[in-house]
Amino acid sequence: MLGKLSLDAIPHDPIVIATLIVVAIGGLALAVALTKYQKWMYLWKEWITSVDHKRLGVMYIILALIMMMRGFADAIMMRTQLAAATNGAAGYLPPEHYDQIFTAHGVIMIIFMAMPFMIGLMNIVLPLQIGARDVAFPFLNNLSFWLAASGAILMNVSLGLGEFAKTGWVAYPPLSGLQYSPGVGVDYYIWALQISGIGTTLTGVNFLATVIKMRAPGMSLWDMPIFTWTCTWANVLIVASFPILTAALGLLTLDRYADFHFFTNDLGGNSMMYINLFWAWGHPEVYILVLPAFGIFSEIISTFSRKPLFGHKSMIVASGAISILGFIVWLHHFFTMGSSANVNAFFGVMTMIIAVPTGVKLFNWLFTMYRGRVEFSVPVMWTLGFMVTFSIGGMTGVLLAIPGADYILHNSLFLIAHFHNTIIGGAVFGYLAGFSFWFPKAMGFKLDVKWGKRAFWGWQIGFFFAFMPLYVLGFLGMTRRLNHTDNPDWNIWLYIAAFGAFIIAFGILSQLIQLFVSFKNREQLKDTTGDPWGGRTLEWSTMSPPQFYNFAVEPDGKGVDCFHAAKQNGTAYQRPEKYAPIHMPKNTPDGFLIGMLLTACGFGLIWHIWWLVIVTFIATIAVGIKRCYDNDVDYYVQPEEIEKIEGEHHAALQKQAEMRA
Amino acid sequence: MTAKKVSRYALGLLATAALSGCSGGILDPKGQVGVDEKNLILIATGLMLLVVIPVIFLTLYFAWKYRASNKATEAEYAPEWSHSTKIEAVVWIIPCIIILILGTITWISTHELDPYKPLDHEKDHLEVQVVSLNWKWLFIYPEYNIASVNELVFPAHTPLAFTLTSDSTMNSFFIPQLGSQIYTMAAMKTKLHLIADEPGTFMGFSSNYSGAGFTGMKFDAIALEDDAAFEQWIEQVKQSPNVLSGAEYEALTEASEYHPVTLYSAVKPGLFDDVVMKFMKHHGATPFYHSAEDGHMSHMSHGAEHTDGHGDKHATDSHNNHDVSGE
Repeated sequence: MLGKLSLDAIPHDPIVIATLIVVAIGGLALAVALTKYQKWMYLWKEWITSVDHKRLGVMYIILALIMMMRGFADAIMMRTQLAAATNGAAGYLPPEHYDQIFTAHGVIMIIFMAMPFMIGLMNIVLPLQIGARDVAFPFLNNLSFWLAASGAILMNVSLGLGEFAKTGWVAYPPLSGLQYSPGVGVDYYIWALQISGIGTTLTGVNFLATVIKMRAPGMSLWDMPIFTWTCTWANVLIVASFPILTAALGLLTLDRYADFHFFTNDLGGNSMMYINLFWAWGHPEVYILVLPAFGIFSEIISTFSRKPLFGHKSMIVASGAISILGFIVWLHHFFTMGSSANVNAFFGVMTMIIAVPTGVKLFNWLFTMYRGRVEFSVPVMWTLGFMVTFSIGGMTGVLLAIPGADYILHNSLFLIAHFHNTIIGGAVFGYLAGFSFWFPKAMGFKLDVKWGKRAFWGWQIGFFFAFMPLYVLGFLGMTRRLNHTDNPDWNIWLYIAAFGAFIIAFGILSQLIQLFVSFKNREQLKDTTGDPWGGRTLEWSTMSPPQFYNFAVEPDGKGVDCFHAAKQNGTAYQRPEKYAPIHMPKNTPDGFLIGMLLTACGFGLIWHIWWLVIVTFIATIAVGIKRCYDNDVDYYVQPEEIEKIEGEHHAALQKQAEMRA
Repeated sequence: MTAKKVSRYALGLLATAALSGCSGGILDPKGQVGVDEKNLILIATGLMLLVVIPVIFLTLYFAWKYRASNKATEAEYAPEWSHSTKIEAVVWIIPCIIILILGTITWISTHELDPYKPLDHEKDHLEVQVVSLNWKWLFIYPEYNIASVNELVFPAHTPLAFTLTSDSTMNSFFIPQLGSQIYTMAAMKTKLHLIADEPGTFMGFSSNYSGAGFTGMKFDAIALEDDAAFEQWIEQVKQSPNVLSGAEYEALTEASEYHPVTLYSAVKPGLFDDVVMKFMKHHGATPFYHSAEDGHMSHMSHGAEHTDGHGDKHATDSHNNHDVSGE
C-alpha cells in the first residue's frame, strides 16, 4: 500500500528533528495568520491561480529566498563541521548526514535558489521592458512556476521522510546507481530535478516566444534593453540544454527503476556517458545563471551613471558569443578522465576564449561609468562589488581551463572557491542588485538604504573571508567533499572560512531586516511615480506596482532606452483621447493542480507507491485535457476601468511634477 | 607609514603566506611533473593579472572619479556618449591577445603534460597497477608480483607508469606534490606518469567523492632514497605472510574504511586485467577469478582501453587506443 514507505523513514537525527519542528511551527503560525485575517481566498484568487507575470515573478523570488535560507543553513553546517573536525576529530556531522548536506546544498542553491531568482526577475521585468501586457503563454507561465515549486517541495520532503542523495549534486553513476545508492535519496534527486527542469524548459520556450512576438511596436531586436537580451540568450541556452538534463535523468531513472544498464559498471554500461550529458547541460546552466545577472548590472550601471550603456550592440554580441561558446566547453569539467591531449587542449582553448567576450563586458561597464555621474546607490554597490569580485573569479576560471593546471587543481577547494567566486560574485550579486533595483517597481515602495548597504558589506566582506581561504586550501592540496581533516597546515584556513560564512550570515540577516524595516516604512518609501531612479527603459513608464495590464496603450518601443528618449523630448506619459479595451488572460487553478498532482506522482515514484503514481498521472493528463477544451480563458478590460486606473496614475504624476516645480 | 609602504607590506605578507604556507601542497612540488604544472600556474596567473589588476583598479578609479558628488568632473559629463569605435576595438583586441598567448601555452603544455605520455628519462618506468576499492587503494607491482594496500612505495628519481582502474565507483588518483591526477573507472583503464625528484613521504588520496568512506581513502606515497632501498623494500614485502589470491581479493572488495596498510608477497597472475574484465560478464556468471578464459573478450566496453590479458607494458605510442573519453 505504501511501497517502501514506513515509519523508519522518519529521521532520528536531532538536528533534522529540530529543523522539522521549527518548520512545522512556522507553517502552523502562517496557517493561523491566514485564517485569522481571512486571507486564504485572497491567496488563492490573487496569487496561486494568477497568470500575471509580475505576481508569478514575486512568487518565484519568495521561493528563491526561502530556498536561500535552507541552502545557506546547509553551508553553515558544512563550514562549522569542517572547522570542528580538524586534527582527526570527527566533528558533529557523520558522513551519513554530511554527504546529504553537501548534495542538498548544491542542488538547492543552483536549481531552487539561483534559477527561481533569475526566472523571477525575468518574469517581473522582461515583459515590461519590451512593452508587452503579459508573456506569450500566461497559463504555461503559471504551470512552470508550480512545476518549480513541486520540485522544491519534493526536495524538502526528503528532509522529513527518508533521505536525500549522498552523491554530490552531480550524482555521477555508478555511485548514483542502484548498486551503490539503493536508498530513496537519489530518487528524490531525480524527481525533484526532473519536474522542476521541465518547468524551466517551458519557461525558456515561453519567454523566447514573448520576445519574438510581443515587443512593443517599433522595437527592433537590436533595440531591446540589455537585460531582455541577456535573458533571451539565457532562454536560448535553456531550450537547448535542459532537454539534455531531462534525457540524462531519464536514462538514470531507467537504470534505477527498470534494470537498464546505461551507466552501470556491468553489462556494457558506461558512466562516462552520463558525465558528458550532465555537463552538456551543466555548463550552459552556469551561463543561464550569469548572463541575466550581466544584464542586470548593465541596466544598473547605465541608469545610475546617467548615461546609455557603452557599446549596447557589443554587449549583445558578447552575450551571444558567451552563449554559443558556453555550449562547446563542457569537457573542461573532466580533463582528468583520460581524454587525449588534443581533446583536452581543444576544450581548454575554447573555454578560455569565453574570457574575451566576458572581458569586453567588463570594459563596457567601465566605459559606461566614464564621464558619467555615478550615484552610489545600493544596486551600484552590488555592481562595483561584482566587477571586482568577478574579475578574480574569471581569472581563476581561465586558470582551471588550462588542462595542465587543472590536473592538479581539479576537484580541489580551489575549484570550490572559483565557482563560488563566479556564482556568488556574479549571479547572486546580480540578483540581489536586481532585487533592490526593481523592488520598488514590483512592490510599490523602495527598500531601506541603510540595511541594504549593511547587507552588501556583509556579503562582500563575508565572501572574501569565506572563499579566499579555499583558494589557499586548494593550493595546499585539500580536496572537496571531505568530512573531516587531519592536516594542521589546513586548520587556520578552515577557521577563517567558517568565520566568513558567519559574516555572510550577517549579510543575509541584514537583508531580512531590510525587508521588515522597508515594509514598516512603506508609506515614506512609497514610489508614487513609477520611476524612482530616473530609469531609461519601458518598465519605468508604468505605475509601481504596474497596472495588471501593464500598459494602457501600447508604448512606442523604437530605439535603445526609448523611455529615456521619450522623457527627453516630452512624449512620455501622454494620455490618449480614449482607451481601447484590453485583452487579458483569466486566472486558472489548472497549473497549481498539475503541479500538486505531479508532486504526489513524484512522491509515489520515489517510494514505489504505484497506485498513487497511476492515479495522479491519469489525473494530471485529465486536468491537461480539461484545460485544452476550456474556452473561458480570457476577457476584456473595459475602457472605463482603464480610465479610472490611469487617471489615478496621472494625478500622482501631476502632483509629483508640481512638487518638483 | 605611507600607503605605498602598507601595500608593499601587505603584498609581502600575502606572498609569504602563499608560498611558505604551501608546504605539502601543489606549490611545493617534489617531482618534474608537479614542477612544470606549478610553473604553468604561475605564468598563466601572471599573464592574466596584466589585465585583471588594471580592470579592478579602473573600476574603483572610474567609480570614484565620476561619482555624482564630484564637482571636478561635472564638466566632463557626457550624457549621451555611448560609442567609440576606437575604444571598442581596443577592448576586443586586448583580451584577444592575452587569450592568444594563453591559448598557445595551453595547447603546447597540454601535450607536454599529457598524463598518458611516458616521461623522458634515462631509466625505465616502474610499472604500478592501481585499483580503487571501497574505500582503499590497491597497488600491484606486476614486475615483482607483489601488492600493497594504502601504501605506495617507489624509488625516487625513477619514472612511474601507473595503469589504473576501479572495482567500485569512480575515484581520482592524486598525489598533489608529484603532479597530475587521473580518474579510475570500472571496466576501463586510465594511465598516469609521475616521478619523485627527491625522497620523502607525500600524501595521496582520492580526489573524487566516492561515498561514505571517501574521506579515509588516503595513502602514503613513499619515495625511497634509491633503487637499493627499493629492492630492500621488495624483499621485505616478499616476507609477508599475506598472499593476494582470488578469494583474498574478493574479501578486499568488501567496503572498509581506513583500511590498515597491508603487504602481499604474491599476487594472483593477471589479477589487474581480471578486475578490468570482470564487468564484461553476463549476470549470473561464475565469479570472475574462477573462469578467466571463457568469453573473455566478448563484451568490451565502448571506448575503454583493453589489453590482451597480459598487461600492455608499452602501449603508449599512439593516442588512438588509450583515449577513454574523447571518442
